[in-house]
Amino acid sequence: MSFRVVHYINQFFAGIGGEEKADHKPEIREGVVGPGQALQASLGDDATVVATVICGDGYFAENIDKALEEILALVAPYKPDLLVAGPAFNAGRYGTASGGVCAMVGEKLGIPTVTGMHPENPGVDMYRKNTYIVETADSARGLRKAVPVMAGLGLKLLKGEPISSPAEEGYLEKGVRHNVFLSRVGAERAAEMLAKKLRGEEFVTEYPMPSFDRVAPAAPLKDLKNATIALVTSGGICPKNNPDHIEASSASKYGAYSIENFDKLSCEDSETAHGGYDPTYANDDPNRVLPVDVLRDMEKQGVFKKLYGTYFTTVGNGTPVANAKRFGAEIAKKLKADGVDAVILTST
Amino acid sequence: MCTIVPISLTVGANRIIPAVAIPYPLGDPAKTPEEEYEIRKHLVEKSFKALQTEVSEQTVFND
Repeated sequence: MSFRVVHYINQFFAGIGGEEKADHKPEIREGVVGPGQALQASLGDDATVVATVICGDGYFAENIDKALEEILALVAPYKPDLLVAGPAFNAGRYGTASGGVCAMVGEKLGIPTVTGMHPENPGVDMYRKNTYIVETADSARGLRKAVPVMAGLGLKLLKGEPISSPAEEGYLEKGVRHNVFLSRVGAERAAEMLAKKLRGEEFVTEYPMPSFDRVAPAAPLKDLKNATIALVTSGGICPKNNPDHIEASSASKYGAYSIENFDKLSCEDSETAHGGYDPTYANDDPNRVLPVDVLRDMEKQGVFKKLYGTYFTTVGNGTPVANAKRFGAEIAKKLKADGVDAVILTST
Repeated sequence: MCTIVPISLTVGANRIIPAVAIPYPLGDPAKTPEEEYEIRKHLVEKSFKALQTEVSEQTVFND
């Protein structure tokens, strides 16, 4: 039998129109449309594109929840075994829509999904964990190369064949780790990698570091005497008994606690939630991680105007970069809104 | 303020003050409480100095 595939594309690839037709509402057509022809050619006899669902990029972006519901309602009656979306290349709204449709259809219908995007498409970071995103060029010139890879991956998923590494299959990392057995122990492999690195030869890491973005340095503080200073820490300092249960590692949250009435922290009122270092010293004297005592004294001496009344805290111990980024953005927003001039961030 | 400066550099901090040790970045349990307070005060003063310094790239403020 032939597997049933539904294909998602935008108004542009459907030939309906460009930006002037971006408000096109979701519709579904029998069989292939536009790039679906190439998709069908690559799928061969094993799978058939039974329908193509089309939605304008603008309509999707402006009505995400509604559009997703409408698209799901159109797709479900075709009882697909696989959904393919795009490829969206580096088109941001199309990528977001493709990823969103894959994520939702995958979840609601319980079927595998595949899409294709350029690594810099914002849809990648949003949906890489929810679907397979094949790496593509940044424009439609890469269609001919991308579609066979997407089709091949889709067929493997349909047949339940094992999916190997992102590099071998051509998809962008999903952040999933698999256990594998290798004949040589880690120490040997690491030493070989190091030797290659020292010789200036190419090597492939088994554990890529996350990529961190860069932020331009903030302007210097002009008037310390009139400044409000805030304290933020990744050292896990929190009120005694960790009332919000901030995790000892891989933190999913941060806490905000008042120091309005504190001249200093003490083992009576505070402790650390951090599970990545010996907590003895921080628990004995939490000022060793969060220097409330010194800052309160300096505030009284008039070195600066005010110690901000709340400190923000989380545990920096295997914390996913995405979480840390979100905590940082939320905390910064609050501090700015409250007129804080500078922040001292302590980490262990 | 941090103990493992290479991590702060990796994650992109722009004004970095090297601290004392991982379990007590702003103290030293081997010293008296008064000495510890002085260590902490010195580090906070350094961070104020860093905050008031114009930097164009990641900068580590050593003594």
